[in-house]
Formats: sequence, structure tokens, C-alpha cells
Amino acid sequence: MSDELIQRVIKTMAASKRIPVESVTIDSEFQQLGIDSMDAVEILFALENEFEINIPDDEVRSVRNVRQMCEGVEKLVAAKEAAKAGAKG
Amino acid sequence: MNRRVVITGAGVICALGRNLAEFHDSLQNGRSAIGPIRSADTSQLRFSNGAEVRDYSHQPYFDDRRADFLDRFSQFAVIAAREAVAGAGIEWTPELREGAAIVTGSCVGGQSTEDIGFHDVYKNGLNRVHPLTIPKTMANAGASHISMEFGITGPSFTISTACSSAAHAIGQAYWMVRSGITDLAITGGSEAPFSFGILKAWEAMRVVSPDTCRPFSKDRRGMVLGEGAAMMTLEPLDRARARGAAILAEVVGFGMSADACHITQPSAEGAARAMRAALRDGGLSPEQIGYINAHGTGTVANDVTETSAIKTVFGAHAGKLAVSSTKSMHGHALGAAAALECLATVLGMRSGVLPPTANFNQPDPECDLDVIANQARPASVEYALSNSFAFGGLNAVLALRNLNGGRA
Repeated sequence: MSDELIQRVIKTMAASKRIPVESVTIDSEFQQLGIDSMDAVEILFALENEFEINIPDDEVRSVRNVRQMCEGVEKLVAAKEAAKAGAKG
Repeated sequence: MNRRVVITGAGVICALGRNLAEFHDSLQNGRSAIGPIRSADTSQLRFSNGAEVRDYSHQPYFDDRRADFLDRFSQFAVIAAREAVAGAGIEWTPELREGAAIVTGSCVGGQSTEDIGFHDVYKNGLNRVHPLTIPKTMANAGASHISMEFGITGPSFTISTACSSAAHAIGQAYWMVRSGITDLAITGGSEAPFSFGILKAWEAMRVVSPDTCRPFSKDRRGMVLGEGAAMMTLEPLDRARARGAAILAEVVGFGMSADACHITQPSAEGAARAMRAALRDGGLSPEQIGYINAHGTGTVANDVTETSAIKTVFGAHAGKLAVSSTKSMHGHALGAAAALECLATVLGMRSGVLPPTANFNQPDPECDLDVIANQARPASVEYALSNSFAFGGLNAVLALRNLNGGRA
């Protein structure tokens, strides 16, 4: 995963939850950050806007920490780029 | 003064049927009315199923000019109220019209109408919206049109407490009749949420199932939206008997509580307090309850929390009472949900056949109640609860008694 992507995810999550960006790391668990189910859907909304992706419900059900979230976002961004490249080709 | 209060008439329109007989037949056959949404475009949604009143048109019910004034949710309210009043055999007198009450529940009111108007100004660049946008959108429009339909001039209002709206409404109406404020109340709820903007908002909550609604089943994946209305006429028992009215059931208790906890996550403590309050209000012991029509949305969180709350209140008796969620059949009709469910409870007790939880596949160890799975169950029940636990943590529970058609 690129550092840039990780930082963007962390920044988006921190802004949505209104907590200092320094308090969030790639190893943070949602529980440690006090992220409940409603916070989580708000974060997904913010990430969808930030990365212009659609995050399916099934993909996020098991996501419990920042690393899993970054991995999921990376996968969806890659799929989006591939679709774009495919459309051009 | 504490008078006994009975339900003397009921009317309904929802995905399960357009009248009481159709509704009852669907419930008894465990027929789920959840299917592809037709009244809104679902191509840009993560879910495509709902419980709609299929192929609904105002035409058998309202002439075109009258319909111009009523959003779909208000039309449903009036249609259900007409059936309830006719079924109760109400004979209107000037005194009855002057004193009768109307208490309705609705969560989103006529937001579908608002959606069209806002689409016009925000997206289509129009500089005006239809002048009936406000009177069609207001959540009290259902109550207002019922009052005009019958010329009722007594206390009339609407309660909006999300998914508990109709339970709070029926509870208030019950207390008003019980205390002598009114001799006749028309009460229930109505909702028509199938508008693209509203569906998008529900999608964002990530609580809507991509397929169907499977309350208490281990493989449940969320709620499914529904629409419709159910209305009932409440009268004092003595008065109903004196005029020889048929009695569908007695309302014996009503309890409310607030979670004061979280805006969307359910609380077992809050739910338990509302059930206890309903039992206390009705002077009932937990062991007297034979059936609970659960809030049972089919979300992971609700069904586990509700199970825990029922066990807290009923202790060992929790395993002896039958539980079902009819949302599996008529969908989650938000502000109308509790009215549909109260009616399903009444019809189930009265007929001696309790409605099932449809779409049930697999027991969940975390929801280890006696869930009536898929097929209606013959059972003789004297007392039942109808649970409603709303977003916002506002809970309302109705306690109902089966009078065996008025013989008790």
C-alpha cells in the first residue's frame, strides 16, 4: 500500500470522527478509536466521496481496523483505475 | 376514571393486502410481500426489494381532484380509516363528531411529494414548486384528511417517533379513551417512503438487506422497507357493548421509554423498560403474556438486543411465549409499522392462529426465542405485546387482550 493512500484514509477517518489525525495510525483498531456502527457508516460515506468509489456493504462487514480499511480502499481504487483504463483501451 | 378500551373496527392497506381480509389471509399463509421495488428507480441503489402496495392507483378510492391534495401516505391513511369506521359500524351524531379524536403516526410524512418539489428546484432549475407541496408533505396530513373525511372536530394530532410512531399514537389514543377524554378515537399510522431520495438515505445507513428480511434468522442481512397504513377505532368497552359492536380485542396497557444512549444503536435496557411499563400499565404479570409481535427488523443488532430485552423482562417465561416478526412479510413500514403489527397481533389472537416470521432459514443462538418460523401457528393466547423500538431510542409497547369476539 502506498503511504499516500494510507495517509488519505487516516485523514478522512479522523476528520469524519473529529479526532486528531495524530491519534490514528495504520495499526489502530476501531474499538480503540471509539468508532461505533454509526461512526463507521459516516466514515464509509466520507471515504466514498474522498476516493470516488462505492463501498459495498458485504465488503465492510468484517472491517474492524484502519489497516483493513486501507486494504479495502486500495482494492476498490485499483478496480476503478482498471475499469477506467479498460474503457480507454 | 379508568375505562376499559376495545378495538371495534380496523382497516388496512399494505403490501399484504388492500383490506382486512386480504391482510389476514396473507399473514395466516405466511406470505411475504417483499419483492422488486417498482415505484422508484433502483438502478443506482445497493438494494432493489421492498414491500409495496403493488399497482396502487388512487382511482378506486379518490376522484382526481381530491387526490391532488393527498400524498400517497395520506391516501393510505384515509383508505384504512374508512374501512375501520365502516367495520366498526359507527353511527355518526353531531356529538360524536364533535368529541371524536384522531391520533396518527407517521415518520417521513409526504417526503415523496417534497422530493419531487426539491428535484424541480435543485436539479431541474425550475424557479417554483407546486403550491400543495407543504400541505401534502406535512406529517399530520393523514390525520387532517381523516378529520375532513368524517367531519370529526375533536382532538386530532400526529406523532412522529420514527419506527415507533404508530405505537405512540395508538397508546395516546388508548389513554385518551381510557381516561374519558373521548368516546371514540381513530388511530394508527401511515407511511409511503418509496421515493428515490429517501431510499438513498436508507442505503447510506447500511441497514437495508440486499435480498429479503429474515428476522431472528442467523443469516439475516437487514431490514426491508414497506409502506401502507392501518387504522383502528377505539371505544370504551361499555359503550361498544351497549351499541352491540363487534369487539376485535381489548387494549390493556401502554408503556414508553427512552434509551438516552445512542441515536441509532438499540439498547436492551430501554426496550426492557418499555415492555415493563406496558405490563405495569395493564396490571399484567409477565407470565400472562403468550405472544410478542417483535419489533424484529431483521438487522443484526436489533434482533439480538430485542432477544436480550425479552429475556430480561420475562425470565424463564421468555422460552414459553411465542414470538414473531411480521416485518418479514409487510416490510418495515416505519411510522405505520406498529399499526400493522398491532393489527396482526389482534387478528392472530382473535383467530387463534399466530402470524409467523417468514423467510426464516436458520436459528440464531443469540436469538434463542420461540420464533414462529415460516408457518402460522394455532395457539390460544389471551394477552400479547406489540413491540416498537425506534431510531432515536424512543420505545413504545402495546399490551393487547383477546376477548374471544367479545364473549369474555
